[in-house]
Amino acid sequence: MREINTETIGKMIYDALLEINFVLPDDVKDKIHCQLNIEKSSVAKSILAKIEDNYRIAEKKKIPLCQDTGMVVVFLEIGQEVHFYGKYIEDVINENVSKAYIDAYLRKSIVKSPTTRVNTQDNTPAVVHYKLVAGESMKISIAVKGFGSENMSRMALLKPSDGLEGVLEFVVETVKIAGPNPCPPIVVGVGVGGTIEKAALMAKQALMREIGSENQNTEALEMEKILMKRINDLQIGPMGMRGDTTALGVHVELYPTHIAGLPVVVNINCHSSRHKEMIL
Amino acid sequence: MIKRITAPLKKEEIISLNAGDEILLTGYIYTARDAAHKKMIELIEQNKELPFNIENQIIYYVGPTPNKPDEIIGAAGPTTSYRMDDMTLPLLKLGLKGMIGKGKRSEAIKTYLKEFQGIYFIAIGGIGALMSSTVKENVSIAFEELGAEAIRKLYVEDMPLYVGIDSFGNDIYEDEVR
Repeated sequence: MREINTETIGKMIYDALLEINFVLPDDVKDKIHCQLNIEKSSVAKSILAKIEDNYRIAEKKKIPLCQDTGMVVVFLEIGQEVHFYGKYIEDVINENVSKAYIDAYLRKSIVKSPTTRVNTQDNTPAVVHYKLVAGESMKISIAVKGFGSENMSRMALLKPSDGLEGVLEFVVETVKIAGPNPCPPIVVGVGVGGTIEKAALMAKQALMREIGSENQNTEALEMEKILMKRINDLQIGPMGMRGDTTALGVHVELYPTHIAGLPVVVNINCHSSRHKEMIL
Repeated sequence: MIKRITAPLKKEEIISLNAGDEILLTGYIYTARDAAHKKMIELIEQNKELPFNIENQIIYYVGPTPNKPDEIIGAAGPTTSYRMDDMTLPLLKLGLKGMIGKGKRSEAIKTYLKEFQGIYFIAIGGIGALMSSTVKENVSIAFEELGAEAIRKLYVEDMPLYVGIDSFGNDIYEDEVR
């Protein structure tokens, strides 16, 4: 058995939030630079260049990359040999979210009730997902999720007969309807199968994957290749001003499902894809 | 060619702009997003005055991050505009001439912009750090309880924008315009 103090996790959450709100991950930076060299349209090039200027200014002057500093989403994959001690884990996470958002002058974007909409003033609570896995290590994935892109996400409960083509069409249609709204170039997370909540969780987790990393599932990998081509063929381009770069990445997760169903969730992230993975 | 425009907007300037034009905006503008719009609409419905004279003015859909003590403003990029679509007509009727945001607007907004000779500007989303450097003054003027969503009067210098929908109802996102 391995003992982990929940405060250790809290500190990692705090440090990660102070990093990801100001420093774009390398995979996103690299992909944007690569597209800047490929793009033919001058407007698209100019927008990608401004995105590069922005992350340089953000790092240098310690200004957040985007004013929407998001809702904090945390995935904890906990080895079943791990034992936590100290304060309750979720309280520790929220205490550190609060501290990070106040200390670093980040925007407090969370309202206590979705209907009465009073701001909680410290960006809590975070959305925390727990998964028990084998072993005694632990993986923390954290993202600050902006809602311009979250609002453009969609879910469908397709018929089994809709098949692969039905899934692909739904994903492409979602990106098309979103158009300029989610701040393209976007990252597209797709969860297919399971139940309604399983598909949504897979779509969110897919957004955490490194851009350019190869999917180990050959079927999902094939789908990603087709989707990437079809989405970029839409020619929405950076900020919807046309161009070859509509998506920076398409990540697909698959899971077994029921004979009667074919759930699909498409979760979209903006070009400011702020996330980090940590192993403990 | 990049056009330089000053705020508040003059009629000649508005009608000289076409969807797709790249512009640099200098002058005073006001911030308001979802919650501030809701409050302004309530004031109008109660026949009360708005917190600022909206005639010929521009509203920027933004909820900036809090500024540090030595900063004018934090990150300050645009938010998605369509959420304000249903709350825009009463403001145009009172003389609002321009809006800055990102993304698509409804068909109704295009009709209103034609009718009231208004204009919709698009700012690039997700570059809040860069946009903050164009803001030279930032004063909170109303609804401070809304935090990031309070109404602020900003002085901006050479803020980089595109004309999204012009006063003739042409839309940058429509294929025939591009």
